[in-house]
Amino acid sequence: MVPQLVHILRTLVTTGYSTEHSISGVSDPFLQVQILRLLRILGRNHEESSETMNDLLAQVATNTDTSRNAGNAVLFETVLTIMDIRSAAGLRVLAVNILGRFLLNSDRNIRYVALTSLLRLVQSDHSAVQRHRPTVVECLREPDGSLSRRALELSLALVNSSNVRAMTQELQGFLESCPPDLQADCASGILLAAERFAPTKRWHIDTTLRVLMTAGTHVRDDAVANLTQLIGGAQELHAYSVRRLYSALAEDISQQPLVQVAAWCIGEYGDLLLEGSCEETEPLQVEEEEVLALLERVLQSHMSLPATRGYALTALMKLSTRLRGDNNRIRQVVSVYGSCLDVELQQRAVEYNTLFRKYDHMRAAILEKIPLVERGGSQADEEAKESKETAQLSEAAPVPTEPQASKLLDLLDLLDGPSGDAQHPPPLDPTPGGALIHLLNLPCAPPPPAPIPNLKVFEREGLQLNLSFVRPPGTRTLLLITVTATNTSGGDVTHFICQAAVPKSFQLQLQAPSGDTVPAQGGLPTTQLLRILNPKKAPLRLKLRLTYNHFGQSVQEIFEVNNLPVETWQ
Amino acid sequence: MQFMLLFSRQGKLRLQKWYVPLSDKEKKKITRELVQTVLARKPKMCSFLEWRDLKIVYKRYASLYFCCAIEDQDNELITLEIIHRYVELLDKYFGSVCELDIIFNFEKAYFILDEFLLGGEVQETSKKNVLKAIEQADLLQEKTEHVSARVSLGVRKRTRICAGVLTCIKM
Repeated sequence: MVPQLVHILRTLVTTGYSTEHSISGVSDPFLQVQILRLLRILGRNHEESSETMNDLLAQVATNTDTSRNAGNAVLFETVLTIMDIRSAAGLRVLAVNILGRFLLNSDRNIRYVALTSLLRLVQSDHSAVQRHRPTVVECLREPDGSLSRRALELSLALVNSSNVRAMTQELQGFLESCPPDLQADCASGILLAAERFAPTKRWHIDTTLRVLMTAGTHVRDDAVANLTQLIGGAQELHAYSVRRLYSALAEDISQQPLVQVAAWCIGEYGDLLLEGSCEETEPLQVEEEEVLALLERVLQSHMSLPATRGYALTALMKLSTRLRGDNNRIRQVVSVYGSCLDVELQQRAVEYNTLFRKYDHMRAAILEKIPLVERGGSQADEEAKESKETAQLSEAAPVPTEPQASKLLDLLDLLDGPSGDAQHPPPLDPTPGGALIHLLNLPCAPPPPAPIPNLKVFEREGLQLNLSFVRPPGTRTLLLITVTATNTSGGDVTHFICQAAVPKSFQLQLQAPSGDTVPAQGGLPTTQLLRILNPKKAPLRLKLRLTYNHFGQSVQEIFEVNNLPVETWQ
Repeated sequence: MQFMLLFSRQGKLRLQKWYVPLSDKEKKKITRELVQTVLARKPKMCSFLEWRDLKIVYKRYASLYFCCAIEDQDNELITLEIIHRYVELLDKYFGSVCELDIIFNFEKAYFILDEFLLGGEVQETSKKNVLKAIEQADLLQEKTEHVSARVSLGVRKRTRICAGVLTCIKM
């Protein structure tokens, strides 16, 4: 059927001309368009028909008169057909060029149509569309809403690593002047593009900052989290970012995401802010009092959301350790908010108050800088990382929660610090400390005798834990550890559970223990076998967690095993 | 095409042709929303807009808005041509058509539309043929009117003749 259709269309285009059917010189455009549509459906995914049509499509594309809308309609349909069938590369380039010509047309309708089609094409013929980038960017400045929306989508699709700086410049200009309904899309588009193609971290931070300042209220919720993570990771830019954020905050405290990020940053890096000069921005002399005043303003402003207030309060608290002056002002603020109506703020204020009064010695340790958080981790206590007295704290005042409620610090991540794996940590239980089991199925092998010395790793009130190591000669990467628990005290140890964690590159398998009661007075010890596979021959690090009941008390211990003999992993 | 609406600058609907089955309530709802959206557009804006999952092509002729809703794979530019062709047909038929013509002769407007479009697609691309078909329909209408007029006249005549005969017989 295709050859017949081709024949009909060819005669129509070249010879057929009747006044009643044609519109302004184009013979029967309705019929032409319908035939082209039919050809499109027939040619889709069909090599043979597509080949038969190639010449005809080229002929129609070049011969149609484009001075009137009818001609443009036929041309547009031709372009759509070329895009959909299995056409030759030259034909596709011709189609893109036609669309480019449409873009330069003064008629708005034609430009709209061109932008829509280019958007569909950009997936498949990216480089061809890139050539028309300047024209597309021009269309961003259209006053017409539907046109600028199309131009925005197309521009966002055209951003790549080579033109990211120029494009972001244009898009930010557009963001400042565009109608509110497009602002959300534009802002998230810019942030996404910045994430994917940022040439330097500083540029990335700058861009995100600028977007937050212009369209802060319309950004997505995770923009704050992303930015804090970004800043946290860019160590050399801490001073620079805190200064920029401080000046931005001083000007305007209404954009909530910006305020949140700024408050967090000032809290974390307040000491860098007060230091004096930083070579990347102009020298900014900031007094302690000014910083505190600013944070208090944020706390009291009616424009601040409850979450923002929480950020500001925690930032104030952190500054109490970072600033050199006395903490009276901070203590005042914190005690005032102890009776605030908002429950979240009140809880924080009460906890911080307690921290000032009863646990002042621990304040510095608790409010240390946060280590870098893995993207997509889960929630855990900050204290378990910073302070060594985990047991004491868990009995003491309720632990203040980290303002970034969406991030967790994975215990496994601590071990993984130096190797810096990029995998996602496995999800943890919400219990304090989290479960540490990392199980994988490994084939069983009997443990042969080994010359590696035993290691005593833990002793408390008569309960001792010993590790003995075995390296089976057959497999160079396997290590077997036997954990032996002995009890020399007067009371039984019951509900004994031992769990272990290793860095991500290792694979760990715990086998069932011989029992969960370690009888008193040197009775039969409890043993448990751990199998560790070390394919990368990395230095072994091991963290153990014990829970048990002893003398009527439930005890939980988490510790890292130091002094592991070298033979265990070499 | 899914539907075509004609409405005035004040938002009064003059013509509606639906090519998809919808309940009355839905039709009214769509009409209301669409009229509002189209009337809110400024004069220099382009003739296409996205509405729900349809593409709307509209064109303003004097005080009337011609509004078509097309699907994703339809060609917007050719829809503009369809609207223009329809206006030309009306123009040719009524002779320099204005809104009043459509208000008072709306059934003719529907007839012309039905001759031109069928099920949302163009069925006759020749202007002459469409107009010829309408003319023939008009002629047929006149003939039947004429005949029915004559028939009703004839009936009256016959009743008078009968009455006359009866009176004659009586007398």
